[in-house]
Amino acid sequence: MNSNAQMAPQGGMRGADPSPGEEVVLRAQGVEKTYPNGTHALDEVNLEVRRGEFVSLLGPSGCGKSTLLKMFAGIEQASSGEISAYAQGDESMENPSHGMAMVFQEATLMPWSRVAGNVRLPLDLAGVPKSVSTPRVNEALNLVGLEGFENVYPRELSGGMQMRASIARALAVQPKVFLMDEPFGALDEFTRNRLDADLLDLWRQRGFTVVFVTHSIYEAVFLSSRVVVMAARPGRIIADIPIEGPEVRDEKFRVSKPFIEYCRVLSDHLARANQGEC
Amino acid sequence: MEAIMNNERAMRFIAPTLFGVAMLLIWEVMIWVTQAPVYLVPPPSVIGSQLVQDWGLLTSSLLITLQITLTAFVCAVTIGVAVAFLFAQSRVLEVSLFPYAVVLQVTPIVAIAPLIIIWVDNAFVAMVICATLVALFPIISNTILGLRSVNPGLLALFRLNKATRWQTLIRLRVPSAAPYFFGGLRISSGLALIGAVVAEFVAGVGGTRAGLAYQILQSGYQINIPRLFAALLLVTLTGVALFVIMVTLSKLALGGWHESEISD
Repeated sequence: MNSNAQMAPQGGMRGADPSPGEEVVLRAQGVEKTYPNGTHALDEVNLEVRRGEFVSLLGPSGCGKSTLLKMFAGIEQASSGEISAYAQGDESMENPSHGMAMVFQEATLMPWSRVAGNVRLPLDLAGVPKSVSTPRVNEALNLVGLEGFENVYPRELSGGMQMRASIARALAVQPKVFLMDEPFGALDEFTRNRLDADLLDLWRQRGFTVVFVTHSIYEAVFLSSRVVVMAARPGRIIADIPIEGPEVRDEKFRVSKPFIEYCRVLSDHLARANQGEC
Repeated sequence: MEAIMNNERAMRFIAPTLFGVAMLLIWEVMIWVTQAPVYLVPPPSVIGSQLVQDWGLLTSSLLITLQITLTAFVCAVTIGVAVAFLFAQSRVLEVSLFPYAVVLQVTPIVAIAPLIIIWVDNAFVAMVICATLVALFPIISNTILGLRSVNPGLLALFRLNKATRWQTLIRLRVPSAAPYFFGGLRISSGLALIGAVVAEFVAGVGGTRAGLAYQILQSGYQINIPRLFAALLLVTLTGVALFVIMVTLSKLALGGWHESEISD
């Protein structure tokens, strides 16, 4: 399979349209990262993410996908090259952290704080008054299906629900850009599929931009409007593949022909990049 | 019996109590059998009646010891937490001063107590200083450990949300440190009592300002062994009471969330 056009599935593009006219919200230009111990984590990475896209960074461990995401988040510095994250809209007290929110590999909830307190944290840190933050916290909890769990400690939640709380915390800042670092990697497959579907719903409803790091080919194909395939040693981008799926992606999409075809293409790319390595 | 053994909480109380009563009975019987003289080992019954007889004397001594212990404990917690926060804020400060905190810790208090008692006029203050020195280190080291034991993911989250240094300290480092701090409190409360007893031994203050340690010392000289045991019993009970209070405090503060305090 060499051509993507051949397997363009029925139904048009859904969600956002990553056409050239759309505004670029994240850009990496010639970004490199070398750690003090000599590890070459990223080599000459160029990537543009446009408004409304759902971009997955797919690759094996050590390909630098998390590092790239953290650079976009501003919590890691590039050794050379340039990272730009365009603040969309006005950044004010009510729109903290440049309209960006990040969800980590683990739920990273504060164990001493109840669910509502955890979700409220970014708003509290930005000095948003309670009268504004409370409805937003409730809205975020409703969006992830955690209504009624406001006063529960994180340890009383299952792994999937902790992750939902973590996503609610990110939603509470009403982000324009959502950075997700293998958020469902530690969950069982059923929970992961549920959360994938719910995340996709949220993305369609809210119209934010998502950059999603994963090492699951299936997850990347199911979620993304575009999959960026990366390889390790040194970390680099080896393919950039738009995914076209039906208007509503549901469980049927997971077993459809185009889905499996996309998985095969991505897996070929990964296999070629890893030749002679494992 | 089986029902009690199955009830964890009841067993935790009943089993040690039964063991204690059994040991006391054996002790009592052994004394009657061997006819050991009271000035060597008194039976529990004699110790009990001596405790009743000396109640006024011993409780006023207990109050003195308690005063020293609690004052020293409060000082140790205050100074310890302050030092830990300073160290946690400045790496240079910690690196240059921490070795001396260790020196303070490893120097036996009995060896420096005479000096402190010579230097400080007021015997009470001198004894408080001794006990504080003993109780200080666990607070410092545990609190520092806690302030540094922050989940790196949460730290990244705070950084991502542009939290100020102060916000990170209050909302992240302090709650993260709490379990360690309470662990320090447990050790330190016991050490404050030990420090107070050692200081009393060295200071040798008698009369109306005599603490329990002085009573123990005097009873030894006078071969009043039942009173020695009675005073010893009070010191031990004080230590146990302090420990129980610290455990309760820790439970109140961490009960909702920390693994160590969750009982279900």
